[in-house]
Amino acid sequence: MIDQDVLVIGAGLAGMRAALAAAENGSSVAVITKVYPVRSHSNAAQGGINAALTDRGDKWEDHAYDTVKGSDYLGDQDAISVMCEEAGQEVINMEHYGTIFSRDDSGHLGVRAFGGQRQARTFFVADFTGQALLHVLHEQVLKHKVKVYEEWFVLSLVMEDGECCGVTAMDMRTGEIHTFRAKAVILASGGLGRVFEPSTNALICTGDGMAQAYRAGGSLMDMEMVQYHPTTLKSNGALMSEAARGEGGYLLNSEGERFMKKYAPNMMELASRDVVSRAEQTEINEGRGVNGCVFLDCRHLGEKVINERLVTIREAGIDFAGADMVYEPVPIRPGMHYIMGGIQTTVDGVTNVPGLYAAGETACVSVHGGNRLGANSLLDTLVFGKRSGLHAAEYSKKTTAKNIGDSSAKDEKVRIQALLDRTDGNEAFGKIRLEMGQTMNEHLAVYRDQQGMEKAREKIKELQGRYQNVIVQDKGKTFNTNLIFTLELGFMLDCAEAIVASALERKESRGAHTRKDMPKRDDENWLKHVVVTRTEGGPSISYKPVVITQWEPQERKY
Amino acid sequence: MEVTLNVKRYDPDSSKPAAYYQEYTVEVNDTTILLDSLIQVREQIDETLTLRCSCRAAICGSCAMRVNGHAVLACKTKVMELLPKSGNTITIEPAGNMPVIKDLVVEFNVFWDKVKAVKPWLQPQGPPPQAEYIASNEAMQHLVGVTGCIMCGACVSDCTVLEVDKNFLGPAALAKAYRFVADPRDDADSVRLGELNEYGGIWDCTRCMQCVEVCPKGVDPMGRIMALRDKAMQYGYQNTYGARHATAFTELIKHGGTLDELRLPIKTYGMFNIKQMVKLIPIGIRSQLKGKRPPIFHKAIPGVENVRRIFKKVENKR
Repeated sequence: MIDQDVLVIGAGLAGMRAALAAAENGSSVAVITKVYPVRSHSNAAQGGINAALTDRGDKWEDHAYDTVKGSDYLGDQDAISVMCEEAGQEVINMEHYGTIFSRDDSGHLGVRAFGGQRQARTFFVADFTGQALLHVLHEQVLKHKVKVYEEWFVLSLVMEDGECCGVTAMDMRTGEIHTFRAKAVILASGGLGRVFEPSTNALICTGDGMAQAYRAGGSLMDMEMVQYHPTTLKSNGALMSEAARGEGGYLLNSEGERFMKKYAPNMMELASRDVVSRAEQTEINEGRGVNGCVFLDCRHLGEKVINERLVTIREAGIDFAGADMVYEPVPIRPGMHYIMGGIQTTVDGVTNVPGLYAAGETACVSVHGGNRLGANSLLDTLVFGKRSGLHAAEYSKKTTAKNIGDSSAKDEKVRIQALLDRTDGNEAFGKIRLEMGQTMNEHLAVYRDQQGMEKAREKIKELQGRYQNVIVQDKGKTFNTNLIFTLELGFMLDCAEAIVASALERKESRGAHTRKDMPKRDDENWLKHVVVTRTEGGPSISYKPVVITQWEPQERKY
Repeated sequence: MEVTLNVKRYDPDSSKPAAYYQEYTVEVNDTTILLDSLIQVREQIDETLTLRCSCRAAICGSCAMRVNGHAVLACKTKVMELLPKSGNTITIEPAGNMPVIKDLVVEFNVFWDKVKAVKPWLQPQGPPPQAEYIASNEAMQHLVGVTGCIMCGACVSDCTVLEVDKNFLGPAALAKAYRFVADPRDDADSVRLGELNEYGGIWDCTRCMQCVEVCPKGVDPMGRIMALRDKAMQYGYQNTYGARHATAFTELIKHGGTLDELRLPIKTYGMFNIKQMVKLIPIGIRSQLKGKRPPIFHKAIPGVENVRRIFKKVENKR
């Protein structure tokens, strides 16, 4: 058994920031991650990180208001205030750690415009800000000699008397299963993009943390809020950063018209993501698309700006769509990108399960509500990663380690061996995952309705049944990715169940949850979070009121 | 069209582990990406095929492997571009210079150890300022290229020095080191360069260009290593064979217009370095026998003053 004060699951930005905070607080910390830290999906955030720096005349309150409005008033305003107030400090901290942020002519940090915000406050490193931050944070983890269990796969949370006191995990290299004991566990294991097909998300984004918490009695909140990013490539669903529009790129329909003027006359292409994605989908549905796409046109920005600031997505366009944005518009469409929902936490990452914390995309504070603003996700990971790390470190000082034996690991060994030994089945993980992904993308995308979501619920139920008949072909111990994918699929089906149950519950349109059959926002009845927990009889729904401090809900116009 | 992927496989859990090749046939079109074909195999044909991959967008660095003998990032490579002139078979092997764990999965521990060895974190002097460090955008933009490194290991896979000398820090770690030496906020340049000047460091690169060729992100590791050499010499680290070789090379060309191959090793090692001089004797005899011995009196080429003028121009520019 491996013993720690604080155990962090996941080595993306939230996880490593949490680990550093806890380590600086004097706790013994370890991180478990299923990939090498620099392979984490924080990498993929391209455009930047938002912060209102007061020394340049910006106010955190303005950033907070933009975020509240962006969330379609579903974000909790106390939490949003915390995030926006601490944003400047976190950005400066990352600069001090070594991030090579772009500069202005005076040598200070430079900013670019981003969607849904009235002021340019997005700090950036070309168009690979996430990668730059992730590598820098990894450097700090190396510097502080934080113990990282690399390529270890977490199987389950260890629970004792209703408290979380560790995890079981498999060393992918050997296939051995161990119990990790900890006074506090921080889940920072990222999003669940692969529940949808296609998705901009990496193959590792399989909702492990959300499902592990859900199985252990944790509450999931805002799970119906799934963000479709306005600019993804049709070919493979790859992301074309919002930075393209932030730098001045246009969206055109088949008639060459900048159609956003019909939907968001003031902010145009830089309206919030839910608004732009709906506009695109409407254009496509009404026959003004080409092969299910509209176009991102950056030709007028010129080769120099594109090469300096949009180099990654230029390459992606060339590699994956055969279109060089310097010379031609790139066909794009809305694609699944992010989940606003997740494990319900306080602003300190505390969940409803004692000893269990969550931060980053796997958590829901809720700062993003119905729709996340671009460049607020990196900020979310750092601010709430740090706060979770600090709180968990303090909590672990006041807590004595539970006397748990090694029975959890033994149970998991039996479960895994039974899965490997299964002979009476005819299902393959790949097929079930594809059917799940296509179902979710068909019925829980930009536009939804009752009938479609009910179909999805039935289909997910069916797939959960068929999952019990999956045969794992690879019987080996060493690096058995076949086994890992099968386990991940189990997590994803639980996440899909939670998403569909929450979406069916919300009987209005708000943020990313747009129902064709109920197109209006209904503040009177639905200015509240949908919370889902797992019971024997399936998902169980409850509500949590939205925290409103100073910004009363208004009609949302861009 | 149909393409055959000939994949090198290795299963450590089999009763007699040994590498072997297995062929898979997949249907591709002009835009099919190699990684997508491999995922198709893994999900639909043979679930036991094992490889690392994640982002599918050339940013996470998981899927470096050798294809037709050279390292590529599978998610950034089109299948059609890999087809040989005749036939439709592509050979896929694990990345080189790292031990194989299973199929296309290789052991990265040594890779990370070497990255750690260059102390890859910013080392400024004194406490940080209240706000951000002031730095020119030009200096930061210069670092964009090298920080684009995604640690995929393609350069390490195909490094010809690592093939014969496991102690070499290698292109990825050295490019990472350059990232700090070139950062105006980092104040540890002299110490860093002193360490990089040691055995296994910057002078062990043979400038074969392989790392530059295979890098999927245009990081130019070899260029960074050359820049580190320049910096090291500027910081006064002149007393390695590498540095003296570079100095001697420059001086000889400046003097004669072409290289005086007889004096180059003598100037590099030093006339009284008996051990090295003795080592040169067999080479001398062999070149004499093959008729390739450089002339004892090296004559300057006609127009050598033009060569010197070029040197002067470059030196003034510095």
